[in-house]
Amino acid sequence: MRAAKLKELGGRKKGFVAAVLLAFYLVLSGGGRAEAMHIMEGFLPLSWAVFWWAVTLPFLAAGFYAIRKTVSVRPQAKMLLGLAGAFAFVLSALKIPSVTGSCSHPTGVGLGAVLFGPAAMSVLGCIVLLFQALLLAHGGISTLGANTFSMAVAGPFVAYAVYRCALKVRAPLWVGIFLAAFLGDLATYTVTSCQLALAFPDPSAGVTASFFKFSGIFALTQVPLALAEGLLTVLIFNYLLAYNGQQLEEMAVIPPGACAAKRG
Amino acid sequence: MKLKNALIILILALVIFFPLAVIKEAGFSGSDDAVEGVVAELHPDYQPWLNALWEPPSGEVESFLFALQAALGAGFIGYFMGYWKAKRELAGGVDSHGRKANC
Repeated sequence: MRAAKLKELGGRKKGFVAAVLLAFYLVLSGGGRAEAMHIMEGFLPLSWAVFWWAVTLPFLAAGFYAIRKTVSVRPQAKMLLGLAGAFAFVLSALKIPSVTGSCSHPTGVGLGAVLFGPAAMSVLGCIVLLFQALLLAHGGISTLGANTFSMAVAGPFVAYAVYRCALKVRAPLWVGIFLAAFLGDLATYTVTSCQLALAFPDPSAGVTASFFKFSGIFALTQVPLALAEGLLTVLIFNYLLAYNGQQLEEMAVIPPGACAAKRG
Repeated sequence: MKLKNALIILILALVIFFPLAVIKEAGFSGSDDAVEGVVAELHPDYQPWLNALWEPPSGEVESFLFALQAALGAGFIGYFMGYWKAKRELAGGVDSHGRKANC
């Protein structure tokens, strides 16, 4: 009850701050075109931009709350949190060539979602997107809500759900991690296509036709990248397991006794 | 584990560099340009109503910022991993519960 209230309060305050920042930003810039792997600045009509901001803000508030709780319960998890953020930071800087002859980048949010839960990752993902929007003109402030929702909410939630399911059916850890990162990455780009399709429905054939058009751009390009992201995430998780497996076990990221079972 | 990780790195390299080696005529531009094309096709009258506040003035500056982003992230990852590895080794491979801590 108290948690829900806090979340709501946090959301409202942040909503206000976001509105002020947005207004400030609108004064300073206007019209034109910018590039991004994510939805570009100004490329969502105002109503949709506001809508996705509104949808994303509660997740961000929940994320702040989750991170605060994690850090207060386990101060030693701060480094691991830093690692999750750094991983997303590196991966979204890597624009990788794909079989379609164009480039895109992985998201890197699957690892953090598996370690800290999806809400925490929405905050870290949003920070990465903000950096890219401000310094690299990739994505944008008006579209940050939509981009955060696709990369830092939808992706992590899918990744987390997939990993937990994999644990339930006792799949090997690496299989769970791989699928989580792989499907989380694909989910991000599916949601981006949805967002674009909703904002730009095909004038004659509607939203669905438009969705296939947009996802056609991303889907094929993104599959090999999602594969790469899955492999990279397994790689870093292997090292984590080797050097800091104890903490993963304590945080219930891996089932109790998984370390011992691996040794024995 | 070493062998397994080496295998992963090998597959990764194949996945990433395969397109570069095979598709020679491709421009490898961002998939963002294609999005712009589809928007223009579906809604020719749509004008982006906002421009990026600041854009890197050149491709060089842009690649510098991307490299910086990757370097910062990789630096932190390396630091954390090294910290945990050394911590475990200094503890003689034994964790606070007295169990052997190399998972």
